[in-house]
Amino acid sequence: MGNAPKRSDLIFDAAGLSPAALARKHQLERDPSCRADVMAYLPGMEVIESDLKDRVRAAMAAYDPSRYTAADVRRTLEHNRISIDDLQALLSPAAAPFLERMAERARAETVRHFGNTVYIFTPLYIANHCENYCVYCGFNCYNPIRRMKLDKEQIEREMEIIAKSGMEEILLLTGESRSVSGVEYIGDACELARKYFRLVGLEVYPMNTDEYRYLRGRGADYVTVFQETYDVEQYEKLHLLGHKRVWPYRFDAQERALMGGMRGVAFSALLGLSDFRKDALATALHAYWLQRKYPEAEISLSCPRLRPITNHADVRPGEIGERELCQVLCAYRLFLPFAGITVSSRESASFRNGITKIVATKVSAGVSTGIGDHASKYGEESASEKEGDEQFEISDARSLAKMYADLTGEGLQPVLNDYVYV
Amino acid sequence: MPEDKDKLILGDSAFTSRFILGSGKYSLSLVKAAVEDAGAQIITLSVRRANTQEKENILDYIPKGVTLLPNTSGARDAKEAVRIARLARELGCGDFVKIEIMRDTKYLLPDNQETIKATEQLAAEGFTVLPYMYPDLNVARDLVKAGAAAIMPLGAPIGSNKGLATADFIQILIDEIELPIIVDAGIGAPSQACRAMEMGCAAVMANTALATSGDVPRMARAFRLAIEAGREAYRAGLGRVLARGAAASDPLTGFLR
Repeated sequence: MGNAPKRSDLIFDAAGLSPAALARKHQLERDPSCRADVMAYLPGMEVIESDLKDRVRAAMAAYDPSRYTAADVRRTLEHNRISIDDLQALLSPAAAPFLERMAERARAETVRHFGNTVYIFTPLYIANHCENYCVYCGFNCYNPIRRMKLDKEQIEREMEIIAKSGMEEILLLTGESRSVSGVEYIGDACELARKYFRLVGLEVYPMNTDEYRYLRGRGADYVTVFQETYDVEQYEKLHLLGHKRVWPYRFDAQERALMGGMRGVAFSALLGLSDFRKDALATALHAYWLQRKYPEAEISLSCPRLRPITNHADVRPGEIGERELCQVLCAYRLFLPFAGITVSSRESASFRNGITKIVATKVSAGVSTGIGDHASKYGEESASEKEGDEQFEISDARSLAKMYADLTGEGLQPVLNDYVYV
Repeated sequence: MPEDKDKLILGDSAFTSRFILGSGKYSLSLVKAAVEDAGAQIITLSVRRANTQEKENILDYIPKGVTLLPNTSGARDAKEAVRIARLARELGCGDFVKIEIMRDTKYLLPDNQETIKATEQLAAEGFTVLPYMYPDLNVARDLVKAGAAAIMPLGAPIGSNKGLATADFIQILIDEIELPIIVDAGIGAPSQACRAMEMGCAAVMANTALATSGDVPRMARAFRLAIEAGREAYRAGLGRVLARGAAASDPLTGFLR
């Protein structure tokens, strides 16, 4: 497992659970035999023909980061084109002393493909209901947080406030509850978003091709699905209940989204859940092979790390510091020079300022991970009981105006939208 | 003055500058200086960048009197390109359009087949159509038939700064096609732009070469000078280049009566 965190560090019992719920929760945690097969599809889940899963898993299993030496990394940095083996060298511990050189080269690639432009977007959580038990997540079904689902009027109100700030790209998020936040509900939100924004992304539960096609028709442009970890064994221990437990259905979500006509897809592992080097390799290869299969698809990567979550103060994320994260991102950039890289507000302002000059092409601003609280967060009214709890704490709370000014001050050109709906 | 007659004709318009400037990948605040230092009369812009309500719209940064050449980047087929071109017209970008159709997000290579279709449709709608294409003689002929106002072959993959990787094929287009041939994409240095002009290209388009340089306006000026030099050399007719050795001062066939 390398430097994966111990699962016991991630699990917590929130106060307020009924004895029955608590007993079921503990059973799921302690008795693997009561958990569903992590590789078995549930009824209604579409199965597509795709060998990507097997290829990614095989590459991950064969990867031994400790095998690489400084000489390998030096050789890699001389190569014009970064191969899969080069990528493995760049993600290895042996590459750590070469971080500055990697960053120089990564920066040159970023400038070549994107110039000095940086896109800005904001996420909007429209619901936080969730049917899954993922032990590390603040939205999990055994965490008795304030649940909420915005209705159409409330969504529109939030969008109005966000649009007024000047934002033109929005990412809509729900918790993963198909029964509460149905596909049609998400479609309604897309249609509203299309009124106020130029570009609409979705980060919701994975769905079938026809459902992605339906949402594309209602205004969605791209789909983000985080695999959390590509390490199936570890995945099984962390995602104990719900449709999210089905690892292969989640893996193929991006491909189904593209089959359904989405213009772009985004990938990520939640770095820190398992060996981050292997997860980074798998993420990059997932994106790389899918783009080869769908060359017209816009590909982007994110790089979340575990952060402290609501009702659970003492999570110890896996060992991935800012230097390691920077190394992963530089490796991504050198291997996939054309890919977008998004750095979220989970990271600090100083990290985001630095990383936008090296690899990042998109940052969020004006972020709230709570539900229905843009009015209070954007200073229009005071916080109320009607807001749902937040999924995790953010680190960089800059508004759009502040982010815009800061990027400009760094010599970068902020772009709020670069998209024509066709 | 004979120089006055050396004009680049695109559709119904004539230009004295043969440098088409790109506006992507660098700060909007530099656009005006770049145009001025480039001496450019045509500037390309991505419709998707202009299609914004943001406080900084690229259209506000382009000096008056410069012809806008909106491109259809982001289009994946002819239908999408046609829609984007119409949107450009609605946004007040005029009747010029540069067709860019890509089905590949990695290399951004143009789709020649779809480009022919879009050219035909947009020319019929009265646009002055400049299609970006992979240099293929048959496709170029089809584009002429479809109503293009110029042909824009790529020199190398877009943004690569690798220069005239396709020089031999561009030369064929120059030799065989009556329309202006404008090298688009790949030109990374003024020397490469100069060479394209010496070959007989009617104009050069550059963007990334400037955007990735240390000083955008200064590099714009360097390109202007190189393009002018190349054009003058072309008009003067380059002296011959000997493949090897020297020419005998007494002709080998001098004994013939």
